[in-house]
Amino acid sequence: MDSSLAPQLPCHADPMVPFRILESDGTLAAKAVSPMEDEQVFRALRLMMLSRAFDAKGISLQRQGRFGTFSPVHGQEASVVGSAFALDPSRDWIVPQYRELPALLHQGLPLEQFILYFNGHPAGGRIPDGVRLLPIQISLAAQLPHAVGLAWGLQLQEIDGVVLTYFGDGASSEGDFHEACNLAGVVKAPVVFFLQNNGWAISTPRSRQSAARTFAERATGYGFNGIVVDGNDLLAVYAVTAVAVERALAGLGPTLIESQTYRLGAHNTADDPTRYVSQEILKTWSDRDPILRVQRYLASRGGWNDDTASEVHDDISRTIDRALAAARAVPPPTAKDLFEHTYAELTQRQARQLREYGL
Amino acid sequence: MLEAIRDALGSEMAADDRVMLMGQDIGKFGGIFRATDGLLAKFGDKRVIDMPLAEGAIIGSALGLAISGLRPVAEIQFLGFTQQAFHQIVQQVARMRHRSRGRFVASMVIRAPFGGGVRTPELHSDAIEAQFAQAQGLKVIAPSNPYDAKGMLLSAIRDPDPVLFCEPLHGYRFIKGEVPSSDYTVDIGKANVVREGSDVTLIAWSAAVNLALRAAEVLSMEGISANVVDIRSLLPLDVDSIVAAAEKTGRCVIIHEASLTGGFGAEVAATISSDAFYSLRAPIERVTAPDAPYPLAAAEQMFIPGVERVLAAARRTLEQQ
Repeated sequence: MDSSLAPQLPCHADPMVPFRILESDGTLAAKAVSPMEDEQVFRALRLMMLSRAFDAKGISLQRQGRFGTFSPVHGQEASVVGSAFALDPSRDWIVPQYRELPALLHQGLPLEQFILYFNGHPAGGRIPDGVRLLPIQISLAAQLPHAVGLAWGLQLQEIDGVVLTYFGDGASSEGDFHEACNLAGVVKAPVVFFLQNNGWAISTPRSRQSAARTFAERATGYGFNGIVVDGNDLLAVYAVTAVAVERALAGLGPTLIESQTYRLGAHNTADDPTRYVSQEILKTWSDRDPILRVQRYLASRGGWNDDTASEVHDDISRTIDRALAAARAVPPPTAKDLFEHTYAELTQRQARQLREYGL
Repeated sequence: MLEAIRDALGSEMAADDRVMLMGQDIGKFGGIFRATDGLLAKFGDKRVIDMPLAEGAIIGSALGLAISGLRPVAEIQFLGFTQQAFHQIVQQVARMRHRSRGRFVASMVIRAPFGGGVRTPELHSDAIEAQFAQAQGLKVIAPSNPYDAKGMLLSAIRDPDPVLFCEPLHGYRFIKGEVPSSDYTVDIGKANVVREGSDVTLIAWSAAVNLALRAAEVLSMEGISANVVDIRSLLPLDVDSIVAAAEKTGRCVIIHEASLTGGFGAEVAATISSDAFYSLRAPIERVTAPDAPYPLAAAEQMFIPGVERVLAAARRTLEQQ
């Protein structure tokens, strides 16, 4: 693509104001135009609702001891789904952290793989061939240099594609964030740094992570653009991510997107946010619920009513039940799984140790 | 030694378009030790890349480059500075194959010199190879001579798994040897008996192998026949060869430049004592640096194991009947 034709990120006189298209009541902001077709919005909404339903199911199963510790997306569905929808899964890559379930599904990961992973089954780490997705990352921000290297590698080999990597406000305090952004700026890697500022790193508030006014403004120091977007606005997230992707494809390098959203649930199933989150703040953000906003928008356009809602709910329940059944059908791991894939071949010692397991 | 490394890099880059070099000052400057001298001119700046000064980004982005289909060979100027990328090497690079169940593999090499004796500033000489020997999924190798350096570097670049290639800093210019210009490889994971002997077995890797050979020479003048084993590969470890060499003489001296406690010699000693216990005729000796941080240059000769300590340890093993 001719880089002079690449779109510009939306620009507000005040860089503190998040870019928004859809208001909380489901109406379009003044002069705003939807970047998504209604059919696309409907599919995105279904995925957001699937994510919300899976969170509830996962927490319930975890409480019964039938599912492992995992991190719900609850509250951040527009942020995750809007960004993922701006990618082409047959061309672009996602390098995730661990709170982005619907993006992984959109990219092509079967839900049962995700369930297996958080159930602690080694097979859950396998990303199916052809799915452009790296495994979930537990070591915060460690995935950012990988994303830059992967994007840079595509560029060096003249392969069309963009890499979008997810991380949070807490992870941005890690040294890997700085090193990755710095390198990405230098080599103009086709990468999108998608920072989900959900207000919390477990119990540590955003104010303890950085004295910068916004995370997005840090991009200036690395020589590329940063933008703040309303992370509870599906349309706005989609729009800015799509621009960042087009710019990366046009050779204009990285973009840092700060998606301002809110973690309505817990950090993970071992967390107790009632110790540090006030009910007032929760209420404020619940009123900005990203799913309600899209439902109101579609309803105003005749694309959402009680019948469609109940159809989608039923469809989602069936999808989750099928995935849970598929995951349950996978045989439990054996000692072989401990050693396999450490290296291309077992070492002398591994072969002996495997025999000690009677295999 | 340096020429052997440069030869391996240049020939593999010519043979395989995917191979690329990345590191600090490796372009026009040719690397601080000139290991990449002339390669920028020959292969261009898309394959010989000067990186920002950030070890974590060098290693972390190399992993991404490998996943994209390239074969990065990253140079870290000194092994001590790999600690600024420790989490990338140990958590990320080493485990990628395992955690993705074989879907993604960090096919890459990390080259770094280590060891003392050249009066470097602080932190440049630390022998921290044992810290990586617990990184299952990584291969950790440390050749002692130019022939092995070329053959093992070619093996490392062609290896599907990530390899930490530790080069003997002291040996870059001091260790000389014939190196064929032809393409050949030396297997990773195989120890090598570099001198046959029957009275005592000296076990070492990297620069310490040369110390062992010098000690063997002195011992031979006293009528003592020393068997010298170059481990070459710490991870994976060639247990069979080490045990066979220990059984051959029943007396073992392990030599390394790292401090005693937790040094890789402990692993070798434990392996011998469990697998060759009934062949042992004397306690296993370890000749290592003392348990202290690597000192500033004026004190390093007291720190690094010298030939006298190796000889004394070998003689002690022979005092036992």
